[in-house]
Amino acid sequence: MLNIHGLSGGYGRGLVVDNVSFQVSPGEVLGILGPNGSGKSTLLKLISGVLPKQTGTIEIGGKPADSYTAKEFAREVAVLPQLHAHAFSHTVRATVELGRYPYQTGLFSSWTEEDEAAVSRAMERTGVMRYADTLIESLSGGEQQRVFVAQALAQQAPLLLLDEPTNHLDIAYQQQLLDTVRSLAADEGKTVVSVFHDVNLAALYCDRLLLMQDGKVSVIGAPQDVVKEPIIRSVYKADVVTQPHPELPKPQMTLLPSKPERKEPAYSVDEIQFTVTSDAVVLNTAVPLKTVSSAVHNPGTGWYRTFVNRRVDAAYNADDVKGEMAHYLETEGHHLTDTVGMMTAVHTKDAEIRRYMGDGFSVVIAVTAGVGNAVDASCAAKREVTAGTINTWIFVNGRLSDEAFIQAMITATEAKARALQSERVLDPLTGTQATGTSTDSVLIAAVQTGVQLDYAGPVAPLGKLIGTGVYECTVRAIRTYKEAKGWTS
Amino acid sequence: MRKPLIAYTVSAAVLAAAVWLGVSIGAVHIPISTLWNPGTDQTSATILWNIRMPRVILAGLVGASLAIAGAAFQGLLKNPLADPYTLGVSSGASVGAVMTLFFGISLPFLGLYTLPVFSMIGAAVTMFIVLGFAKLVDRGLNMETIILTGIIFGSFLGSVLSLMIALTGEELRQIIGWLLGSVSMRGWNYVWMIVPFTAIGSFLLWMNRRELNAMLFGEERAKHLGVDVARRKLVILIGGSILTGAAVSVSGTIGFVGLVVPHMTRLLFGSDHRHLLTLSFLNGASLLIICDLLARTIIAPTELPVGVITAFIGAPVFAFIFYRQRKGGNA
Repeated sequence: MLNIHGLSGGYGRGLVVDNVSFQVSPGEVLGILGPNGSGKSTLLKLISGVLPKQTGTIEIGGKPADSYTAKEFAREVAVLPQLHAHAFSHTVRATVELGRYPYQTGLFSSWTEEDEAAVSRAMERTGVMRYADTLIESLSGGEQQRVFVAQALAQQAPLLLLDEPTNHLDIAYQQQLLDTVRSLAADEGKTVVSVFHDVNLAALYCDRLLLMQDGKVSVIGAPQDVVKEPIIRSVYKADVVTQPHPELPKPQMTLLPSKPERKEPAYSVDEIQFTVTSDAVVLNTAVPLKTVSSAVHNPGTGWYRTFVNRRVDAAYNADDVKGEMAHYLETEGHHLTDTVGMMTAVHTKDAEIRRYMGDGFSVVIAVTAGVGNAVDASCAAKREVTAGTINTWIFVNGRLSDEAFIQAMITATEAKARALQSERVLDPLTGTQATGTSTDSVLIAAVQTGVQLDYAGPVAPLGKLIGTGVYECTVRAIRTYKEAKGWTS
Repeated sequence: MRKPLIAYTVSAAVLAAAVWLGVSIGAVHIPISTLWNPGTDQTSATILWNIRMPRVILAGLVGASLAIAGAAFQGLLKNPLADPYTLGVSSGASVGAVMTLFFGISLPFLGLYTLPVFSMIGAAVTMFIVLGFAKLVDRGLNMETIILTGIIFGSFLGSVLSLMIALTGEELRQIIGWLLGSVSMRGWNYVWMIVPFTAIGSFLLWMNRRELNAMLFGEERAKHLGVDVARRKLVILIGGSILTGAAVSVSGTIGFVGLVVPHMTRLLFGSDHRHLLTLSFLNGASLLIICDLLARTIIAPTELPVGVITAFIGAPVFAFIFYRQRKGGNA
């Protein structure tokens, strides 16, 4: 649909766009990205013909762009500009009707049913029909922008050019507008080329991204090939990290604010910071820790500074466990969004909390263990689940990579299974070796300052500490549990 | 445009009323029925046909020309303060006209049309110099640039006018009288003089009513919508210059009409040029007819310059409508 080769142009003598080539097919959404002054808006102006090109070719619909008359061009290409103010006001309908200008011929009104239908369809599609007789200036920015989308749609052009269409819009309107644009490409096969300021929005809504730097194409490709840390860092000169979108296979990036220079003493977790009562094991940390856990309250990944392992009665039964847990935490004066909460039926007084020193880092491990519900995981399908209770907390005073978090979990689980084995805990139902209890929880938390720890497998220094630590603490906790229950080992 | 039919009906009715009052009221009261029933009173019929009617029609045409030109310039420049005069066109027209009077020029093949043609050429030349210079300063042809350039050339042409006035002898009264702006004692000749220019100029502007609507959103946006901006702009500027030149050449510089009528029309009926141009035309005619009526009756038998009256009535009416529209919110 759009075929650009060796395009250069700019204002005055300087080239703002320098030898740019790319193609866009029908039904495709191409996002143009780049830092301020990289020439992305200028590129769009060259394509829309507002700015004359100096060299290169622009083909639209198989014909050179400059072979069209002004009206013919507007039947091929519709442009959605940035939102801006204007001096006099039109009604919404009159504004949308202007989109049919390229179809008007002759001296007198040549308004046809087709024009009317196109205007109505455009207004319905963008949801501005109910404002038809309202003056455009009395609408909010987001609504105004929708009117201009309707105007562009009324042009019924196969190629849509958008210049930062969501600027100054709040997120609901951003979503509506870009959803509309997406569906125009998907359902009607329109070709969309849009300049974006926001890398994340572009990555979410575009099939391909074109990243510009100093007037040239830096990278062009699928979002996951463009929104990469090294690329974004070098083009935008900003410190960013990328991560996948939580729900979609699209990359997203976030800024890393530069840290203040002053040398604070690095905070570290140690065993004396724990508060152990008959009711709970609680740790409050001075800084939020990056945490991965299978807790009841705030499971998954997050940054938390309060960690609660709460003792409940063995007969504990609540319909809404999460709600009851949240209520409990709130009553105890914990801040819900800052807190990770687990449950155990074990006496929390019996918690095993120890610190292990590594080279430049340390690990604090806290375990509460009850093996009344011990289970052989390989036979787990055979039973009903009741409350089981080995809760393992691992606090690392160091900086962990994503894979280190996962390896730490594996190592901890293996060490726990080994502890059960050495304590000869059997699955009472099958008589085989137990590997855990039915609802064990693990929590890995790291201060994310200090030594970088990329691995936590059993051969890495961190893995070794976790392996020994979890094993030792679990063994001790099981023994204490057995003693308390009057079992003999 | 919310209710075009009402707008046209009201404007046409006001114009009819203005014409009726314009021909009836004066030193001698003439019933409107004299129009179709000259009957017994020959004097009344003569006053009506030879004095009042051409005067009313001329006032109407001048008012209409200035108003429609103002509407088009305001839309084109997206500036509510633009009018044919602030752009310097009227000064050019004045220089053209005063030069004709000053040098006593009368070209044989133009005859009666020498003054309006010179005046119009003055207006057009000024317009293109203003635009050419503005383009030299700023390729984007920003409206501020055009207006400032208009002011520069307006002042320069004003000094040329002053120079001619200072040097003039015999023709001083004629020149001053012309400059003050009046439609009195012009007769049918002047009506025939302005008619073709009003018709052509208005037609050129009306042809660009849709383009003006598009250009309200800015030239770039108009281009996106398929408007051949450069050509259309030129046509609109030529149309406006023809109208301004013609109006100034037959009546002198009557202010305020070109600024205020498009505004009142916009406030009352919306800014859709498909209607705004025609409605400004009608209302401009009405306003100047009524102002001229007041100019000749308010301290009769002395006549005031009609330009004084246009501002005198126009400003308060405009203020009222503006206030009501901003406060009422739904006008």
